[in-house]
Amino acid sequence: MEIEKKPDSRFGSSPDDRGFYGKFGGRYVPEILIPALDDLAGAFFAARKDPAFQQQFASLLHEYVGRETPLTYAGRLSEHFGKARIYLKREDLCHTGAHKINNAIGQVLLARRMGKTRIIAETGAGQHGVATATVCAYFGMTCIIYMGAEDIVRQKLNVDRMRLLGAEVRPVESGAKTLSNAINEAIRDWVSNVGDTFYIIGSAVGPHPYPLMVREFQSVIGKETIDQSLEQEGRLPDHVLACVGGGSNAIGMFHPLLPHENVRLYGIEAAGEGVQTPRHAATLSGGLPGILHGSLSYLLQTQYGQIAEAHSVSAGLDYPGVGPEHSFLRDSGRVTYAAVTDGEALDGVRLLSSKEGIIPALETAHAIAYLNMMMPGTQPDEFVVINCSGRGDKDMETIAKYMKSP
Amino acid sequence: MSNKGRIQRLFEKRTGPEKIMSLFLTAGYPDPSETVELVRELEASGADLLELGMPFSDPLADGPTIQYASKVALEQGVNLDSIFDMIVEIRKNSQIPIVLMGYINPVLRYGLEAFFYKAKASDADGIILPDVPPGEFPEIEDLCQKHGIDPIHLVAPNTSDSRMQEIDRASRGFVYCVSVTGVTGTREGDEVSRSVSGFIQRVRKNVTRNPVLVGFGIRSHADAMAVSSETDGFIVGSALIDYIRGIYPGPDWVKKTGDFVRELKYGSQIRQESPRM
Ligand SMILES: Cc1ncc(COP(=O)(O)O)c(C=O)c1O
Repeated sequence: MEIEKKPDSRFGSSPDDRGFYGKFGGRYVPEILIPALDDLAGAFFAARKDPAFQQQFASLLHEYVGRETPLTYAGRLSEHFGKARIYLKREDLCHTGAHKINNAIGQVLLARRMGKTRIIAETGAGQHGVATATVCAYFGMTCIIYMGAEDIVRQKLNVDRMRLLGAEVRPVESGAKTLSNAINEAIRDWVSNVGDTFYIIGSAVGPHPYPLMVREFQSVIGKETIDQSLEQEGRLPDHVLACVGGGSNAIGMFHPLLPHENVRLYGIEAAGEGVQTPRHAATLSGGLPGILHGSLSYLLQTQYGQIAEAHSVSAGLDYPGVGPEHSFLRDSGRVTYAAVTDGEALDGVRLLSSKEGIIPALETAHAIAYLNMMMPGTQPDEFVVINCSGRGDKDMETIAKYMKSP
Repeated sequence: MSNKGRIQRLFEKRTGPEKIMSLFLTAGYPDPSETVELVRELEASGADLLELGMPFSDPLADGPTIQYASKVALEQGVNLDSIFDMIVEIRKNSQIPIVLMGYINPVLRYGLEAFFYKAKASDADGIILPDVPPGEFPEIEDLCQKHGIDPIHLVAPNTSDSRMQEIDRASRGFVYCVSVTGVTGTREGDEVSRSVSGFIQRVRKNVTRNPVLVGFGIRSHADAMAVSSETDGFIVGSALIDYIRGIYPGPDWVKKTGDFVRELKYGSQIRQESPRM
């Protein structure tokens, strides 16, 4: 039957055996990491087929994270635009306040299966760091988090949370002192401690099999959204939005929807001070293909191939790279990628807070802000789902500063 | 390849017990206008082979020393074209084998075909791309073949026997044996020499087509002798850059660097320390 075949359509089966999504992806890493990635892929593919692993993952998501998360109708927000109905997929209600914990649980279970005792991770906004510190506390594992010194300042609340949870937070002083530099340092740690250490990457980036693994663990978002849409609206949404930093919440939402080609997908990046200025993080709009952190993907870079510094008010989107599958989806045209500025995102925070009583993370607010551009073109009989990837408590200092300025 | 390259000839010429010494220097460190003179001094002081680092903003297999040198070079505007110019200058009166070493992204941006063409035209001999292990980028292997640039790959203590054989087959010139699982500049002193011997024996057993140079963590002549006893030679990078960093731009820094290099290779002539017993 036609419908049965859909999941194997031209978007459903990537990546290939070597971790390529079209030309993007791969494993461009030092030789020392090749055996580690082979082991990881072996463990992941075995776990994926193991009902006991799937069962344990599902029950932790249910009992510890609190899934499934609701699909909330945003009535006053919908009224504000007076066009299509808007729903929010409430990842902000996950334990620890963002989607990041879905992936952290999946990877920590793999680490335990592989007998690794020491967990390392990078973090930008601190949500992945908090999620990783949380699952390490839950399982009683050693946890070290690399975080850019700049992000330590702007996401202080999350630093305190990680420390309370028993993690060691190591400040990274190189480069722009943000997410990208934290990943460099985490990779250096992994290279040096490859025997006992498991690196839990927090987004759909890095060498194969990380982008696939992160997608797999985050796909619960899209699967639940499909079920809830069918239940609440009797059909799939017409438009689905998610913010894109490295792209984990977006790919988790998008991937189960890819075969359903009538569902229009939008990934929203950070335009910082504007895509036409040097201060932005809109990799897919303003970058060129290149290799960073183990895979080939769009990349913000100079004419000489040096990595350019990204900029965004949101630490979680402040990254010059993006997951390789998003590069593939961009070039194939299946997903529309756009970018909104710092100012527009901050207005998005205000909009969702005042209309729905939900304070979104600055990352999430980029997707909210895009409604201003998208909603006028929608029809009243359509409906829209926004992935509400996280809550904004961590950003209150930045938001408050903005509210004071005229 | 029928024509033997400089690297092959270097190893063939070696007959006695003396070890080949390869030095890593970030191109343009500490100052791009001094690189050619510095290289001349390194060669005069006993360097047999030069690894010229192509600086990258995000050197994720490197420790603080090479990160620092890369940053200094980039801040002074070093790029691939200026590195090719340096090689052309060096070649005016030197036949030292030169291996370009650096991360893939600047090479990609330059254009693969253009890069290999220019590398050959400026008369470089080999290339090490630490983030491109064998098998991950077939086009590069083809371009090395086409342009006669020797591809040099790394083996590490956690590399399996069969993978070592694969790396040996994919390499030409020599195989780079990373003595510790870590980033460049990792200091483990005595640890290195004691734990490394079993690993080197495994490398010797599996790497049969190419000579082997051992590197990572070598800071002195004694270190070098201890880890390279069963290899064709050794590689020093971070220790050289740290030394320069300590004296630059003081008086006679180039000459002093030469003295340091001579001691690395031959040991202290005056106060000959016996190697660890
Ligand atoms: C709430 C929230 N949303 C989105 C992101 C961006 O990451 P990704 O693109 O991987 O979902 C982050 C990252 O820190 C985050 O905390």
